[in-house]
Amino acid sequence: MKDKIFNILLFAAALAVLLLTAGVLYALVGKSLEVFSEYGVWGFVSNSEWDPRSATEEYGALSFIMGTLYTAFFALFLCIPFSLPVALFTGEYFKGKRVASVVSSIVDLLAGIPSIVYGLWGFYALRPVVISLGVNAQGFGVFLASVVLAVMIIPYASSLSAEFISMVPNNLKEGAYSLGATRSEVIQRVSLPFARSGIVASYILALGRALGETMAVTMLIGNTNNIPDGLRGTGNTMASIIANQFGEADGLKLSALIAIGLLLFIITALINLIAKLIMKKLSAV
Amino acid sequence: MTNNTSSSTGTKRRIVKDKIVYASVCFFSFLTMVPLFLILWEVLSKGYKNFNLRLFTEVAPSSMDAMLARVSGEAIPGGILNGITGTILIVALAVLFTIPLGLFIGIYLAENSEKQFSKVVSFLTDLLQGIPSIVIGIIAYAWVVKPLGSYSALAGSVALTIMMLPMVVRSTEETLKMLPVSYKEAGLSLGSSYTNVVFKVLLPSGFGGIFTGILLAISRVMGETAPLMLTALGASLVNWDIFEPTSSIPLLIWEFYNDPNLIDLIWSSSLLLLIVIFVLNWIAKTVASKWKI
Repeated sequence: MKDKIFNILLFAAALAVLLLTAGVLYALVGKSLEVFSEYGVWGFVSNSEWDPRSATEEYGALSFIMGTLYTAFFALFLCIPFSLPVALFTGEYFKGKRVASVVSSIVDLLAGIPSIVYGLWGFYALRPVVISLGVNAQGFGVFLASVVLAVMIIPYASSLSAEFISMVPNNLKEGAYSLGATRSEVIQRVSLPFARSGIVASYILALGRALGETMAVTMLIGNTNNIPDGLRGTGNTMASIIANQFGEADGLKLSALIAIGLLLFIITALINLIAKLIMKKLSAV
Repeated sequence: MTNNTSSSTGTKRRIVKDKIVYASVCFFSFLTMVPLFLILWEVLSKGYKNFNLRLFTEVAPSSMDAMLARVSGEAIPGGILNGITGTILIVALAVLFTIPLGLFIGIYLAENSEKQFSKVVSFLTDLLQGIPSIVIGIIAYAWVVKPLGSYSALAGSVALTIMMLPMVVRSTEETLKMLPVSYKEAGLSLGSSYTNVVFKVLLPSGFGGIFTGILLAISRVMGETAPLMLTALGASLVNWDIFEPTSSIPLLIWEFYNDPNLIDLIWSSSLLLLIVIFVLNWIAKTVASKWKI
């Protein structure tokens, strides 16, 4: 009897995940309908105009979609030269050694720092540097936001790819060594190709992180409602426009912001799904 | 002979290249750790001045008081008591929601891993885990703030619950799956009921992993700002009513950041936040290594 109740409770808890997901979709889709019926889904997504003044009210998401893609992909690009060496350091060169666990714990601490503290650091410490480099006059913009984002996603990219690199079978590497290959050749010709899909999956997951990051980007990207004019330009990401304007929003504007949230949800869900599929294929092999 | 020298220069080149790769891997790995120390230095060197007892005993000052103090050259009055109590209230409530639900879902997934339904639940857990925090803010706004007609600590903790739940489910599931089947079999063969086996054998044996998962989840949501902006909103006084707007440490940092008069307080508040998060991480690591299965 007791076991029966317990089993029902367990099942009910699992069922709650389904309800939660349904509730998430309901909340996001339900509130976005207003703006989608006003402009159509494509009309909303492809319009770069964002004008909340009541006389000329018009809402489009394109500027923020572009801003999100610019910052996330540039951050991903910037993080590779740092996260890949860390992954090789902890997963290959010093695998299982004490120094590897020290390095990986220190890099992992980067993941523990709150987004808002990254924002403060970017604003007070990096912005003056960006200005003196002559990127732009105010320092704010895609460039500054991406640099900080890159630091934020390094631990996600490096810890997972290190795991895949450390899983490369020893006999493959030993085979290459016995043919006279140097360590860097073994890494280049054996370890990296073998772990390639896993590494790609880790970077896709890191990209997913970068797409949804809010506070640091909001503090650094400059908050202008236009498609960023290259890396030097300012803009807004999907997350930052929501953070900036949700507070005072109502009516159509609120619906437009929630619709942007829905789009962001769909994009990150797809990105995560792709990464998970790649990893599932790996574990099946 | 000539052949021999050319191959030895080739070998030399390969060895040099090998050394260069090794050196650059080490160099860039150490370079990657630099930002952490830069951030810690920034927060420590600017935050220690205001890191005093007042931080814990007084609420955040009004912009006016802070400005007057600045003009007369005094230290800014006040602390972040309303943020500290708010963070405690919101996070504690979220933990209260998350633990029973997360443990039960984790147990279900670990015990029924071959069922099709488990695969669906597992997939959806991953999906929930990937939702950006700002979108979670929107969801909690639609679920709680809108129907109740007011921003509240409750709405904030609902948002944090959605963020913590997948992490707790995963750590519980993975820990339980690592336990030897013989534990369960031994319990059952002694005539113990399934419920008792779960609560008296499986959960206690997996305590280390599960507890670590919960601590890490808490440390992750501790510094969340974006979802709370849309749900808990903030308050200038200490509030223990879960149906009222409530502040939190990160929300206060955001307020201070936007108010030039209060700028001096952002660093001491950040310092406190970082200390709490790193201590939680450290406890989690210690527990994990002490209670290894």
